[in-house]
Amino acid sequence: MAREAALALPAARRAWALPRDAGWYALLLPAFLLMTLLYVAPILQVLAISVTEPAPGIGNYERLFTNPGVQRVIGTTLRICVTTTAVALLLGYALSYVIALASPRAQRWWLLGVLVPLWISVLVRAFAWVTLLRRQGLVNQGLDALGLIEEPLRLVWNEFGIVVGMVHYMVPYAVLPMLAAMKEIDPRLLAAARGMGASRLTVFRRVFLPLSLPGLIAAGVLVFIFSLGFYITPAILGGGKTLMAAEWIKLQILDLVRWGLGAMLATVLVVAILVTLAVFSRVVDLRRLFGGGR
Amino acid sequence: MTALPRPEAMAPAGSAAHALELRGLSKRYGSFTAVDAVSLRVERGQFLTLLGPSGSGKTTILMAIAGFVAPSAGAVLLDGADITALPPERRDFGMVFQGYALFPHMTVAENVAFPLRVRRLGQAAREAKVRAALDLVQLSAFAERRPSQLSGGQQQRVALARALVFEPDLLLLDEPLSALDKKLRAELQEELKALHRRIGRTFVNVTHDQEEALSLSDQVAILNHGKLVQMGAPEALYERPRTRFVADFLGKSNFLRGTVREVRPDMMALQAGGTRLLQAVQGAHPAPGTPALLSLRPEKIALLAGEEAADNAVAGRIEAWAYLGAGYALTVATDDLGPLRVALPAWRAPIAPREGLPVRLGWSAEAAVPVLEDADGA
Repeated sequence: MAREAALALPAARRAWALPRDAGWYALLLPAFLLMTLLYVAPILQVLAISVTEPAPGIGNYERLFTNPGVQRVIGTTLRICVTTTAVALLLGYALSYVIALASPRAQRWWLLGVLVPLWISVLVRAFAWVTLLRRQGLVNQGLDALGLIEEPLRLVWNEFGIVVGMVHYMVPYAVLPMLAAMKEIDPRLLAAARGMGASRLTVFRRVFLPLSLPGLIAAGVLVFIFSLGFYITPAILGGGKTLMAAEWIKLQILDLVRWGLGAMLATVLVVAILVTLAVFSRVVDLRRLFGGGR
Repeated sequence: MTALPRPEAMAPAGSAAHALELRGLSKRYGSFTAVDAVSLRVERGQFLTLLGPSGSGKTTILMAIAGFVAPSAGAVLLDGADITALPPERRDFGMVFQGYALFPHMTVAENVAFPLRVRRLGQAAREAKVRAALDLVQLSAFAERRPSQLSGGQQQRVALARALVFEPDLLLLDEPLSALDKKLRAELQEELKALHRRIGRTFVNVTHDQEEALSLSDQVAILNHGKLVQMGAPEALYERPRTRFVADFLGKSNFLRGTVREVRPDMMALQAGGTRLLQAVQGAHPAPGTPALLSLRPEKIALLAGEEAADNAVAGRIEAWAYLGAGYALTVATDDLGPLRVALPAWRAPIAPREGLPVRLGWSAEAAVPVLEDADGA
C-alpha cells in the first residue's frame, strides 16, 4: 500500500503543477505587493480625493478652466520649467562636450566636479543662493563695487532666483545622459569628417550634434519632469511670492485644508509627467534615461 | 599652396595624381619614438603600401600624411609643396579609416554625399557624383540603406566610395581589409587593385598583412620600430631582402649562418659546420673569414633523389610536416644548418612525408640571398 502511494505521488504532483514560469513570478510577488500596498494604493487614494472632496464630482477639475489663480500657478510652473530645462540643457551640453573630449584623467575630475553638488543638501544649496543673490549679497555687492549698477538688482524671491537655483540643481542630471550619449560617439567619425574636408563647426553640426541628439532629448525629458515637481528650491528662492505647483499643493492641503483642490493639481502633475514620458518613449530609449544598459 | 587643381572628371592615370614625399618624418611621444626619420617618395599614380608589425609606426605615418598627427620633425610634401602645417580638412585627401567610420545616422547615399556637401556642391552635381561613386563600387541598390544594415564588405565599399567621390588626388587607406574574413579580403583586394588601375590616382595603404602588401602594391615600404627598413617593388623585396627582418616579415625564410672561406667575382664559399655552401654574390663582396647570414626561402629548396647533384646539398630527417592542400610544409632537421623549413608542392610530391624519414635537400647557388643582421632591431 505504501508502495502504491509512492508510485501515485509523482503523477498527482504533476496534475497539480503550475506552469513552469509560475515559480519565477512568485519570487516577484513580495516586491509587487509591497509596492502596491505601500506606494501605489496610497497615491491612488490621495488622487481619488480630487473627485470626492469637498463634494463628489469633477468640481475641482472645473477650476482648471475657471480659476485664474490655478491657471497662474500652472502657467508659472510651465514657464519656469521650460526656462530651467533650456538653460540646464545648454550649460549641460557645453559641459558634457568638454568632458567627452577631455583625456580620461581630466574626465574623472570633471565628473567629480559635476557630481559633488548632488551630495550637498538641496536646502543648503537654496540658502546659499539666497545669500549670494539677496540685496546685500555677494553678487550685488560685487557689481556695485565694480560700478556696474546703481541700485541692487532684484535677483532673488522672484522667478529669476528660482530658475538659478533649479538650474544649479538640474545641470548634473542634464550632463549624465548627454555625456553617456557623447561617449558612445566614435571619435574616428569626427576625424573622418574632418579628413573629408569638413570644418570643425561642420563636423559638430553634421556629425556630433545629430549623434548626441538622443542624449539631448533624454536629458530634456528628465530635467523637465524633475522640474515640474520642485518644491524646496522654489519655496526658498521664490520667497512665497512666486508659486509653483508643488508649493501651491502644499498650501492648499496644509494651510487652507482644501484637500480636493490640492489633490486635483497633484493628479494633473502625475498625468502630465506620464504623458510626457509616453510621448518621448517613442523617441528615445527610456531605459537609458533611467540608467539601464543598452 | 592650398588651391590644388581640381579635375572635373576622373582623369586617366597620372594626369591628376600627385607625388607625395616624406622628408625625415619623425614623431615622438615623450621618450617613445613612434616614427624615426622616415624619408620616402611615392610617384604619381602609384600604389604604396606601408607594411610592418603592430607598433612599427605605419599608422602614425599615415595619420601624419592625412594631417591628424603633427610630426615632431620632418616634412610632408605634395608635388614639392610643404603641407606639414595644413589642417586635415584642407588637404583634400580621400581616406578609408580602419573600421570604415561610416556615419551611422546617415544613409549610404548621405554618407557618400558628405564630402561633396561640405564642399558646397550643387544638388544636381552632388547626386550625379554620388550615383557614379556608388556605381563604381557596385552599391547603387543600397543607396537608401543605413550602414548598420550592410555587411562588412559592403560597408568597406561604401567607405571607399565616400573616399573617392570628391576625386581626391591621394587616397589613404588605413588597414582597409583587416576587418573582413579571408575570402572576402581576397575578393576586395582584387577590386581595390582594379579600382586603382582604373582611376589612376596615388594610393597609400597601411597593412600588417604581407600577402595584401605583395598583391596590391607597386611599392612596399617595410617599417620596424618606427624606421623605414627597406622600400621597393614587391618582387624586389621578396627576392632581395636587405635585412633579416625583411626576409622574415615578408614571407617565410630559413636563415643560414656561416663563415666566408673563399670569394670569387660572382661566387663565394661559406663554411657552416661540416657543410660547404656555394653562394652567388652581387654587389658588395664580404672579406674571407667574416661571418655571413643567408636567407633561403622554403620553396627554393628541393628534395634530391638518390645521388642527384646540386650546388648545395645537405642531408637531414623530417622532424615535422603538415599538409596544406597545395603543398606540404616540412621541417627538416640537419646537423650543420639546424632545422630547415621546406615547401614542397603536393601534386606529384616525390615522397610521402612521415616523421623521421631521411631526405636530401638541395638548392642552387642563386637560391639564397645574403642579408644583414638587424641593427638595433630595425
